Amino acid sequence: MRAAFTEDQLTLAEAVRTALQAECNAEALRRAWTETHDFWPLLAEQGVLALSAPESLGGMGMGALDWVNVAVEAGKVALPAPLGEHLAIVELLAEAGHGELVEAMTTGEARVSAAFAGDAEKTYAVNHGRGEAVVVLGPAQATLVRQPVYTTQATADQSLQLASVDGDGESLDGDAARAFDRAVLANAAQLLGVAETILDLAVEYAKARRQFGKPIGSFQAVQHHLVDALLKRRFAAPVVHRAAHSLDTDDPRRSVHVSMAKIYAAEAAELACRKSLQVHGAIGYTFEYDLHLYMKRAWALSAAWGSVAWHRDRVAATVLGDSHG
Amino acid sequence: MDLTYTESEQAFREECRAWLEAHVPRTPLASHNTREGFAQHVAWEHELFDAGWAVVSWPKRFGGREATLIEWLIFEEEYYRAGAPARVTQNGIFLLGPTLFECGSEEQLERILRPMARADFLWAQAWSEPNSGSDLASVRSTARRVEGGWRLSGNKTWCSRGSFSDGIYGLFRTDPDSQRHRGLTYFMIHLDQPGITLRGVDDLDGEEAFAEVFLDDVFVPDADVIGEVNQGWRVAMATTSSERGLSLRSPGRFQATADRLLTLYAERGRPERLRDRVLQSWMDAEAYSLYTYQTVTRMREGGHIGADSSLNKIFWSEMDIATHETAMALLGESAWLAPDAPDATEGWLHDFLFSLAGPIYAGTNEIQRNIVAQRVLELPR
Ligand SMILES: Cc1cc2nc3c(=O)[nH]c(=O)nc-3n(C[C@H](O)[C@H](O)[C@H](O)COP(=O)(O)OP(=O)(O)OC[C@H]3O[C@@H](n4cnc5c(N)ncnc54)[C@H](O)[C@@H]3O)c2cc1C
Repeated sequence: MRAAFTEDQLTLAEAVRTALQAECNAEALRRAWTETHDFWPLLAEQGVLALSAPESLGGMGMGALDWVNVAVEAGKVALPAPLGEHLAIVELLAEAGHGELVEAMTTGEARVSAAFAGDAEKTYAVNHGRGEAVVVLGPAQATLVRQPVYTTQATADQSLQLASVDGDGESLDGDAARAFDRAVLANAAQLLGVAETILDLAVEYAKARRQFGKPIGSFQAVQHHLVDALLKRRFAAPVVHRAAHSLDTDDPRRSVHVSMAKIYAAEAAELACRKSLQVHGAIGYTFEYDLHLYMKRAWALSAAWGSVAWHRDRVAATVLGDSHG
Repeated sequence: MDLTYTESEQAFREECRAWLEAHVPRTPLASHNTREGFAQHVAWEHELFDAGWAVVSWPKRFGGREATLIEWLIFEEEYYRAGAPARVTQNGIFLLGPTLFECGSEEQLERILRPMARADFLWAQAWSEPNSGSDLASVRSTARRVEGGWRLSGNKTWCSRGSFSDGIYGLFRTDPDSQRHRGLTYFMIHLDQPGITLRGVDDLDGEEAFAEVFLDDVFVPDADVIGEVNQGWRVAMATTSSERGLSLRSPGRFQATADRLLTLYAERGRPERLRDRVLQSWMDAEAYSLYTYQTVTRMREGGHIGADSSLNKIFWSEMDIATHETAMALLGESAWLAPDAPDATEGWLHDFLFSLAGPIYAGTNEIQRNIVAQRVLELPR
């Protein structure tokens, strides 16, 4: 038992952090409202798109423990790109015999996103209203839609668009359940990242903003708001890490662990939003201040790949043995 | 990240489990907060120590087996899973013991640790005073220098199971001109000394869980000072984080409670309206365990738990209340039946009441939040 990442895993995340923080700041996110800019070339250049692809197809054959912190970094900067979806589906596409497509994906030439096939009538692919294909992915099945017909829709998080997907799909012959769990994990990891940014903004603000002649961060009510958000964020992280471990080791309770990761990360991010907004006061409620860029991403991520309630049902079905999902 | 157990960790678990299965009393002991129950628990501690399970992580020469911190967590999981008795040595082995390892002399270690661990000599914590609770640095009890030692006077309170213990430990002001954290010294005091008066105080459950201790010119030899004179604050702070963070409340305890809650939920026909609460308790116990394994890994690799332990304390105490509230909700009206009533359900009421003390003892949760704000988030004072 050693509940810590390896040096290599930390170094990789660190490198991605440096690259993303340099390029994807709040200004870049605002630019992404109007320009199509998803940092795909940067990700390709950093080798991030090759992480989870098999080595035989030009990838690095890395597991979830290797890339989970990369996804956290993407979350921290609210990267407006379907990186998590990409990381989740390359292995499945490789298994299903789409080697050429995978090779093109790892270099960034081909863009393929994924959409959650849940109970809702429509499925949406995140920010990829122009990719060559979409994998429609549910907890037990996956289809590949080539040349899909997209109907792009703006979202409150303006640097992301959702595209509803139409078109005939071919069933993918591979471990769809695993790919689905990977997508959920990547989503949870990004939530963990964005939660941290949202909390950091509030802590910095609380140190700088003065009222009654003192920094507001010296007031106990403010301190305790921030501690509550930190508490949720801290206890969510190991839950996300465990889910990555369970994916790599094919733990029999993998899906429970992945769903728990989503629940804990989403709740941590949502609490961070509430507390951070409160601590900021009115400035946090404006369009000009950066906080909303990250809050809206948190909410969007929380709604993607199954809500907290959806994942609770999935955990309950196994742990409590009840099937009314 | 390797969350699987090594072969030797697995073997350790099996050894614990086998011993506990063979030895844990089949019928629960009487409450350890009563005189009769306390004596039963002491007998159990003797058995535990003699088989080498009382203090698994301690050096062999003090009765331990030099287990790693991971193995200690495994022991705790098995201990609570087996429904083994509450630890009446806890204020010794988890608080005074670590303090001695950190700041005690070789002579003190030799003299004090084994009887502490075997429950031959029981220790109670005497930190609080009637007017010094959260504000521990304001203690007023004093110690006066005399030939060969000190004369202690003052008033300590809330000493858990002090009525049944043999000794207490706490801070006394040795420099009469000092203020706050300075001028305090850490003493160990035998309760059979002249000048000591004990008053039992019943807890919410009506049991004599606390004692108030009055000291009137009580002699304590120099040998029972821990660390340096006037440096007691530093000695006290050396181990508060292990109390809050880890040793006092390891994950195994909460996982065992969560498992019992799942059983209760099934027995009560799985009421849908309580499903999410039951599930939350089970998941939180898992989350606490995962978090602790990360903390322990960091500590094994040379890190310190530090102020992070305050986050642990908030988490476990709030989780524990929520879990017991849910159990009480599952039990409905029968939750409030006295333990000897015909339809009473074993344990839940007692444990619910005790869970309510979690945010108060070992430093209140408000104080923990202050500590996290100042030391982890580095917010201004
Ligand atoms: C079951 C149980 C077992 C115990 N066992 C022992 C024992 O064995 N030995 C021992 O010495 N003590 C023991 N205690 C006592 C415990 O350590 C104290 O109760 C605790 O430190 C709080 O002190 P107090 O009760 O005087 O409350 P106070 O300090 O008077 O606090 C009252 C309230 O005010 C709040 N408050 C105080 N200061 C601040 C602040 N700066 N900011 C925000 N809020 C504040 C507190 O959080 C609390 O809510 C035990 C207590 C319990 C309940």
